[in-house]
Amino acid sequence: MNSLILSVGARFLTGLFLLFSLFVLLRGHNSPGGGFIGGLIGAAGFVLYSFAAGVEDARRALRVDPRAIGVWGMAIAVLSGLVSALASLDPFTGLWLILADLALSTVLVFDIGVYLAVFGAILTLVFALEETV
Amino acid sequence: MLDGASDGAGRMLGYAASILAALILVSMALTAPAVVDGRPVLFALGWAPSLSISLAFMVDGLSLIFGLLISGIGSLIILYATGYMGEHPHFARFVLFLFAFMVSMLGLVLARDLITLFLFWELTSITSYLLIGFDHNNPRARRNALQAMLITAGGGLALLAGFILIGTAAGGYDLAQILAGPGLQDGNLYGAILVLVLLGAFTKSAQFPFHFWLPNAMAAPTPVSAYLHSATMVKAGVYLLARLHPALGGTLAWSVTLATAGAVTAVLASVLAMRQSDLKQVLAYTTLMALGTITMLLAGAHPYALTAAMTFLIVHSLYKASLFMVVGAIDHGTGTREVAQLGGLGRAMPLTALAAVLACASMAGLPPMIGWIGKELIYAGAETMTGAPFVAAVAVAANALMFAVAGIIALRPFFGAPITTPHQPHEAPWQMLAGPIILTLGGLVVGVLAQPLLGSVIGSALTGSLLQDRAAGLHLWAGFNRAFVLSLLTFTLGIMLYLMRARFAALVDPVVRRLPSLDDGWDRVLDGLRVLAAWQTRMLQTGRLTAYLMAVFAVVALALGLTIIRGRPEIAVELPRSAFLWLTAIFTAAGAVLALNTHSRIAAIAGIGTVGIGVAVIFIYAGAPDVATTQLMVETLSAVMFAIAALRLPGITERRSPRRQMAHGVVAVTTGLCVTAIILSVTASPLDRSITSYFEENSYALAHGLNIVNVVLVDFRAFDTFGELIVVLLASFGAYAVLKRKRKAGP
Repeated sequence: MNSLILSVGARFLTGLFLLFSLFVLLRGHNSPGGGFIGGLIGAAGFVLYSFAAGVEDARRALRVDPRAIGVWGMAIAVLSGLVSALASLDPFTGLWLILADLALSTVLVFDIGVYLAVFGAILTLVFALEETV
Repeated sequence: MLDGASDGAGRMLGYAASILAALILVSMALTAPAVVDGRPVLFALGWAPSLSISLAFMVDGLSLIFGLLISGIGSLIILYATGYMGEHPHFARFVLFLFAFMVSMLGLVLARDLITLFLFWELTSITSYLLIGFDHNNPRARRNALQAMLITAGGGLALLAGFILIGTAAGGYDLAQILAGPGLQDGNLYGAILVLVLLGAFTKSAQFPFHFWLPNAMAAPTPVSAYLHSATMVKAGVYLLARLHPALGGTLAWSVTLATAGAVTAVLASVLAMRQSDLKQVLAYTTLMALGTITMLLAGAHPYALTAAMTFLIVHSLYKASLFMVVGAIDHGTGTREVAQLGGLGRAMPLTALAAVLACASMAGLPPMIGWIGKELIYAGAETMTGAPFVAAVAVAANALMFAVAGIIALRPFFGAPITTPHQPHEAPWQMLAGPIILTLGGLVVGVLAQPLLGSVIGSALTGSLLQDRAAGLHLWAGFNRAFVLSLLTFTLGIMLYLMRARFAALVDPVVRRLPSLDDGWDRVLDGLRVLAAWQTRMLQTGRLTAYLMAVFAVVALALGLTIIRGRPEIAVELPRSAFLWLTAIFTAAGAVLALNTHSRIAAIAGIGTVGIGVAVIFIYAGAPDVATTQLMVETLSAVMFAIAALRLPGITERRSPRRQMAHGVVAVTTGLCVTAIILSVTASPLDRSITSYFEENSYALAHGLNIVNVVLVDFRAFDTFGELIVVLLASFGAYAVLKRKRKAGP
C-alpha cells in the first residue's frame, strides 16, 4: 500500500504496539492483560508493519521465522510446566520465587510461552496469506 | 539399512533371531518345575491403576504349554526361513516381522490382565497382516492379508467389548481374580459376554462361518504359514476359549455353540481338504479341521474332554508345523506343490520324506506317535460330553478324513514312480530339515514317553488353569475300550477313503461348487462398503464452505432447539435501561444489516467487524476488560485476514437461488434465536458461585495474582491453555501448509 502517512506512522506504531504488548503481558497477573492478549497486540503491530512496508521487510524486521517463534513459545510453555516435576509436583503447578518486591514464577514463564506461541501463530498465518494471495 | 543387508548378514540375523527364540524357550522351560508344582510365575507393572488395568503376566500350566510351543516352534521356523528365503532382499524385514509376531503371541498367552491380553491380541492381528502380505507386490497376497486382518481385528473389537463387560461383571481385569471368582455364568451380562468373546475367538481361530480367511492366508511365504497355522495365530482363539473356560464354560449355551461351530468346521474342512490339489491348501484345510476339533472338545466340561483338547493342541502344533515345512521343502526342491505333479521324491529327498511320513503318522493317529494318544483321548473325551454320540460321530468322520489326507501327503509325493518336476528335485538345506525332523522326532518321543514328559504339564494346565480336579492320563495303551474300537473304525474308514479318494472328490465337487462362496460374499461386502463411502463423501464433502457452515449452524440450531423444547427453561427478558447499551445494540445490528446487503466484500467485512466491536464494547460495559481486549484484537486480526483474501475475489454477485437463500436465512435466524434464548435462560437461572468464589478466594492466596481471568488461564487451568496453544499453532501451521502448497501448484 503506497500511503506515506501509513508507512511513516507504522514505523512508530509498530514499536509502540510491541512495547504495549510487553506491558500488557507483564501486568497481566494483577491487571487486565496477559500472554494471550499481549501476543495478539504484538502480532497486530507487525501486521500493520507488513501492510506499510511489505511482507519481505516485515519478515526482515522480525529476523526470526514466525513459525520458529510459535514453536519456541510452545517449548517454553511445556518446559515451564515441567519444572514442577523437579519439585515432585504435578505438571503445570506454579512455582514462585519472591525477592522482596519482585515475584518471579514459572507461571510468568508459561505466560511468556503463551505470548510467543500466539504471536508466532498469527504472524505465520497472516504473512503466508499476504504472500500467497 | 534393514533391507540393504547383504545375504550373509541376513543369514546371520536369522541365526541370531533363532537362537534368541531358543533362549526364550529355555527360560520358559525353566519355569516349568515351579508351574507344575502349582506355583505360577507372576510379573506385573502398573499401567493405568485408576482403571485397574495393569501390565501383568503370569506363567501357569496353560500359558506354559502355549509358551513352549510358540518359542520352540518359532525358533525352528526362523531357522527354516533362513534356509528357505535367506537370500530374499527383504529377509531382514521378514525376520523382524516374524519375531515381532512371536513376541506378540507370547504376550497374548502370558497376559494376566484382560486389557493386556487384548493389546497383544491386536498386535498379533497387525503383525500377521504384515507377514501374510509380505509378498507385497502380489495383489492377491495384499488382498488376503487385508481380509485376514479385517476379520480378526473385527473380532478383536467384539472381544474388547466382551472384556470390558467381563471387567464390569467381575469388578476388574485381573484374570487370576476373575478365574478364582465365582464365574460369570449366572450374571445377567453372561449372554452378551459369551457372544462377544466367542466372536473374537471364532474369528481368530477361523471357526465356521469365519473360516474362509485361513486358506486365503496361504498367500504368505511358507514359513509364515507353518508358524501362524500350526502353533500360533489361529491357536490364539483356542487359547482364549481354554483360558476363559472356568469363567464362562459349562453352560448349555457354551457347550452347544462350541460343539456346533467346532463340528461344522471340522467336518466341512476335512471334506474340503480332500479335494484340494495344492499341498499347502490341503494343509490349510486340515488346520481348520484341527481347530474345529479342539473347539468342539472345549465345549465339554469333563477332565477327559479338556485333556484331549490340550493334548491334541500339542499334537497338531508338532505335526502341522513339520508338514508345512515339508511342503515348503518340496516346493523349494521341485518348484511345485501340486499333488498331481509330484511322485517318487523319496530317493532325492530322503530326510524330507522321513519327516513327512512321521508327521503324517502322527496326523493319522498311528501308534506310537503322540497323535495316537491324542486321538484316543478325543474319543475318550467325546464320550463324556453332552451329545456324546454326535460328537463321537463327528470326531470319527473328521479323523478318518484326516487319515486319508495324511496318506495323500505322506505317500503321493514321495513314493511311486518318479514324475518330472519343474526343477530337478534336490534335498533341502540343513536349516530347512532341522525343524521338521526335530518336531517329528519330538512327536515320536513324547508319544512313547507321553506320561512322564507331558503328563505333569498338561496336568497343571488342567488343575491350575482350567480348574479341573484331575487330568486324564496319557497312555499308548489304555486298554481295550470304546476309544480303541473307534480308532480301529477310523483306520478302516480312513483306508477306504484313501483308496476311493478320486471317487470321493468327484462326489463332493459338484456339491461344493453349488455352495455359496463366503469368500466372494466378502468381496461383495467390501465393494459395497467402498460404494457407500464414495457416496457419503460426495454427499457430505462438497468442498463448498457455505455448505459446511450451513451444516455446522444447522446442527447447532437443532441441538439448541431440542434442548430448549425439552427443557422449557425460564426465560426472563429484562430490557436494559442504559441508553449507551441501546446505542451499542443499534450500532451492532446496523453492522449486521450492512454485511447482509452490500455487494462489496470489503464493506461486508467492515460490517462483520462492526458487529465484533459492538460485542467488545458490551463486554467492557459488563466489566470484562480482558475478554473485551481479546475480542477486539481477534476481531481486528480476522478483519485483516478476511480483507487480504477478499482483495483477490470478485464482488458479491447474486448467484444464489432464492430457495437456497431462504434456507440460509432460516438456519441463521433459528441459530440466533436459539442462542439468545439459551443465554437468557442461563442469566435467568441462579448462578452457581462455588467455582467463582473458589477462584476469588484463592487467586491471590495460592497464585499471587489479582487478575482472576489471567490466573485461571496461566495457573489454575494452565493445562487447558496449553491445549489451546496447540490448537492455535496447529491451525496456523495447517493454513500455512495449505497456502504454500496452493501457490506451488498454481499457475
